[in-house]
Amino acid sequence: MSNDTGPNFQQNVSRALNDKQLRKNFKFAMGNFILKRKQIFSDESKTEQLRQVGNAIKRRVLSQLPQLLEELEEKCTRNGIQVHWAETTIEANQQVLRIMNAHQATRLVKGKSMVSEEMGLNEFLQQNKIEVVETDLGEFIIQLNDEKPSHIIVPAIHKNKQQIAEIFHQKLADTPYTEKVEELNAIARRILRQKFFNAQVGLSGVNFAVAETGTLCLVENEGNGRMSTTVPPVHIAVMGLEKVVEKLADIPPMLRLLTGSATGQLITTYVNMITSARKPGEKDGPKEVHLIILDNGRSEILADPQLRQTLQCIRCGTCLNHCPVYTRIGGHAYGFVYPGPIGKILNPQIEGLKKAGELATASSLCEACAEVCPVKIPIPQLLRRLRNESYASGSIATVKDGGYKKNVIETIGWKGWEMMNTHPHINAIGNKIMSRLGAKIPKIGPLKQWTRYRTAPKFAPKSLHQLVDEEGIQDE
Amino acid sequence: MNDASRAQILKRLHAATQQQPVDTPEMADLPVELLTPPQKIETLKAHMEAVRTEVHVVAARDWTKLLKKILKKRDLKTLLYAPGTPVGSEVQKAWAEEPERLPELVSYKDNIENFKEQLFDIDAAVTSTVGGIAETGAVILWPDEKEPRLMSLVPPIHIAILQAAKIYTTFSEAIQAEDWAQKMPTNVVLISGPSKTADIELTLAFGVHGPKELIVLILKDE
Ligand code: SF4
Repeated sequence: MSNDTGPNFQQNVSRALNDKQLRKNFKFAMGNFILKRKQIFSDESKTEQLRQVGNAIKRRVLSQLPQLLEELEEKCTRNGIQVHWAETTIEANQQVLRIMNAHQATRLVKGKSMVSEEMGLNEFLQQNKIEVVETDLGEFIIQLNDEKPSHIIVPAIHKNKQQIAEIFHQKLADTPYTEKVEELNAIARRILRQKFFNAQVGLSGVNFAVAETGTLCLVENEGNGRMSTTVPPVHIAVMGLEKVVEKLADIPPMLRLLTGSATGQLITTYVNMITSARKPGEKDGPKEVHLIILDNGRSEILADPQLRQTLQCIRCGTCLNHCPVYTRIGGHAYGFVYPGPIGKILNPQIEGLKKAGELATASSLCEACAEVCPVKIPIPQLLRRLRNESYASGSIATVKDGGYKKNVIETIGWKGWEMMNTHPHINAIGNKIMSRLGAKIPKIGPLKQWTRYRTAPKFAPKSLHQLVDEEGIQDE
Repeated sequence: MNDASRAQILKRLHAATQQQPVDTPEMADLPVELLTPPQKIETLKAHMEAVRTEVHVVAARDWTKLLKKILKKRDLKTLLYAPGTPVGSEVQKAWAEEPERLPELVSYKDNIENFKEQLFDIDAAVTSTVGGIAETGAVILWPDEKEPRLMSLVPPIHIAILQAAKIYTTFSEAIQAEDWAQKMPTNVVLISGPSKTADIELTLAFGVHGPKELIVLILKDE
């Protein structure tokens, strides 16, 4: 992703909208997720209380983020976890490779990690002759088919079982075609058990890292995360720097919010809390544990008092599930690692507005995401802000490529608009002109774009002001 | 390279929080209704059964009898256990009394490097737990030297022994009561059910990587 301009979003959207199967798969799955979340958070006032706690915990984290990261580093180091810092994804990738090389390791098993997707880790390691195996069933499926996740929680949700059956049959040796989910599952279990058995290094993400104790918390249902972090002799965990929390006591409410929002579960099958490498006398667990803390633009996001709320995100995915746009176009159409509402605010800030700013426009600002977000990120507000930033309309413009859409004609146009609305006389003249000629403005340029899916408004022969005057109502 | 990155990142973060401090709202305590001991057993059982865990409530002195019954029904060859733990000792005693038709007892005799092959071939494991969480339905394991981490993960059947008195209403309560923050071990795991996935069309399938069956025996002192 080194080019300046991003993927062709418009084209992707049209393609997705025309894919009936895709739309059916997403509609079914998202409906299901919404329902399950509702069941677990059935008591509205309790849910609201819990979300307030989640919001407060994350804001407290942001208020002392550097101190907490330093504490996390200190505690981890004391427990024998080696901490590395990476400014960029390139640096993080190289750190992973260096650790692999130090062990002459060529086989890596991976638990699900969105940060590793952000790093483009798989491609990087494969270029360096390392076998990378995704072990989460959904990730395994899409890796076989050389695809990217279309959802941050259920990465293969865009595929139905016929498609998955076909992938297994085509890509895995000696695998007969079967659509039975139990059988597909058993095939994956058999193959991946062998991979766990032989892996030299296991890699995982981190859901929460506790500064107080130096503990890495991972939640999952399958057990592949526990396998990846326990069987191989070396474990590497990668995390975005916003994943730290202050204390162990913060974990229970955050956990409730995460599992309830993500999959409508009271708790996942496993909550795996790792505080140290294998100690003398212990018989299993990795002898070496590494933690890579990735910045990749996050520290700059923290500098903006409004946009920093983006860093509260716990990657639960529920804003995707509730988004009318995501549900119709699916995850791939966005063309970036993080799809849906969270992607629309995160990608433009990480990748820059020029490349990803268009994402912020793909929203009707319906507020559904803000209503369900477990840490109460006001996503629509941030979307509006990013739209404005593209034109840098008088702001401090801290966002990368801020103001890249600014153009003279538009600036003059808005200045004129401002003048008209602050000077009553000019306003009156303007109104007169528009009521006569408004309908005759040719539909070219931006107006053509604008009226493609909208009917152009009809200008009334008389302005509201005039009507009010004629009625004899006193103007306050 | 690394130290420079660390310094740069921290510098930016410090500058960001100092120039524009983040306002932190007051945090209200979440209300909790503490459950009575029988309620705790009931709630934990209901939640865990809902995610397909087999839960039995049994008198403390009879638990090995029940364990034998459960195992015989399944016709297994090997059972991994942890000698030297209270649970392990009782298993050993019970097996000594009546070894026939029971799976052979195997212990985690060596480091994983030398035990891996055997471990991946074992049919079932029995472990202790340090407690349970009623509100969400989960058992808490603190693996240690005697009871290694992979016992509860690799064998297809995991049997977890839980003392009824060690069930807490909430996870928060467990953390506080046992002062976890002061003594976090290498690994803590909460387990609520058998391994599962819904990655294919959201259809639930069990035993994808970890145990296909989780059996919890809740021991009650009469
Ligand atoms: S923005 Fe909120 S709802 Fe969306 S993934 Fe992040 S935490 Fe979940």
